[in-house]
Amino acid sequence: MAVNKVMESFDAAVADVADGSMVHVGGFGTAAEYPSYLIAALARLGVTGLTITGNHSGFSEAQVEMMKQANLGMIKYPVDYVSPGLLVDRGQVAKGILAFPVLNRGLEVPFETLLKQGKVELELIGQGSLAERMRAARAGIAAFYTPVGVGTVVADGKEVRDFDGRPHLLEHALKADVAIIRAHKADRWGNLVYRGTARTFNATMAGAATITIAEVDEVVELGELDPEAIVTAAPYVQRVVVRPAEKSTTWSDPC
Amino acid sequence: MSQFDDKPRLDDWSMAMRASHDVHEGMVVNLGMGIPMLVSAFVEPDREVLFHTENGIIGFGRVIEDPDLVDPNCVNAGGQPVERAPGMSFMSHSDSFALIRGGWIDVTMLGSLQVGANGDLSNYHPPGKIIGSIGGAQDLAYCAKKVVVLMTHQTKAGGPKIMSQVTLPITAPTCVSRIVTDVAVLDVTADGIVLREVLGGWDPREIQEITDAELVVPTDVGELSL
Repeated sequence: MAVNKVMESFDAAVADVADGSMVHVGGFGTAAEYPSYLIAALARLGVTGLTITGNHSGFSEAQVEMMKQANLGMIKYPVDYVSPGLLVDRGQVAKGILAFPVLNRGLEVPFETLLKQGKVELELIGQGSLAERMRAARAGIAAFYTPVGVGTVVADGKEVRDFDGRPHLLEHALKADVAIIRAHKADRWGNLVYRGTARTFNATMAGAATITIAEVDEVVELGELDPEAIVTAAPYVQRVVVRPAEKSTTWSDPC
Repeated sequence: MSQFDDKPRLDDWSMAMRASHDVHEGMVVNLGMGIPMLVSAFVEPDREVLFHTENGIIGFGRVIEDPDLVDPNCVNAGGQPVERAPGMSFMSHSDSFALIRGGWIDVTMLGSLQVGANGDLSNYHPPGKIIGSIGGAQDLAYCAKKVVVLMTHQTKAGGPKIMSQVTLPITAPTCVSRIVTDVAVLDVTADGIVLREVLGGWDPREIQEITDAELVVPTDVGELSL
């Protein structure tokens, strides 16, 4: 029986995600980096009490719609873009471990609204420490010391220790129950390559969870990906789902 | 808003142009969101600078302005599309911050809300917000070899931003070494904030009047030139 991690639907790939899970949500900021179909599948599943981790808390459905219409900036928003803010706005998120929970000016994102109402909890952390906590989880490192954050709000409650005369913070590995990520190509073993800046948190989160699910543009034959160029090796990935040829315009439709 | 309303001030592009003088060939440079991102436009192509963006590129080219050339998978941290250039490489977020934390960035240029006389940086939590977004600036501020701040000298309401002591939550302590504003260039030193260059039409006493921190004014203060 050949190894085959490719699943037939996004709904099937997230079906066993439980209430209260910690979910690493891949992407960084722009639409093309997000695992939109996996985010939509979690919204349809309706799981609640999630802890989400990632760079950005994301936009509401209405805000995304507005951005698609206004076509802000140079980069067109794909019709099938779904932001992690959908999960926040639907009340499925209890806590965020985030570097960008709010916009420093402009729009009020759902996470900010709920934070003001006391309905979500925030652990604010810089991108570097967040990314390294994920890398540590994948690599079996329990915790590490970093100079970043000493003397600021992110140091609250954390051990400080001097190395070479410089104070460092103890940061713990951050292993999630599930990581949902976006990649470009996969094979049936789960080897992954990314495209350009979509590597970002997607490659960092791969393997930093019990189950890593990759949303990909294409699955190619085993052996077709150049072994010199594979970024995420097969063992870090448990499930693969291919984005549909015909783009979905409604997140609520089964997919 | 103040008695200096009629005085000349640099616009964002001109501030970026002045800051670009501090970017030299061979440097690894990270430009933060806002005014700093404009700096690369003033680095001519034959001055080879390795621009880093924390979402995972080193050595990218110019910001793209033609919508037909945009690649949604080649963007800087502010979401602007950038050119694929010879020599560039992509990396994951953890690798990108290993590069930052490991001390491989020569200069980072960041926007800010306030800078303290001791070089404290407060750039993530605007007054009135329940929380700010610390993003990637904290790692850059702690670990880049040099931190340059680009910001207007005063708040929109006319208040000071260069403070004897910052009043907003800090992003990183004692990290800033240079400040380029719309009226002056200043260096943070062990002796305090030293006024290096002043925009034409201003004199050092007037710069002091719109600055909370006490400035050190050498006898040879230069004129800020682009």
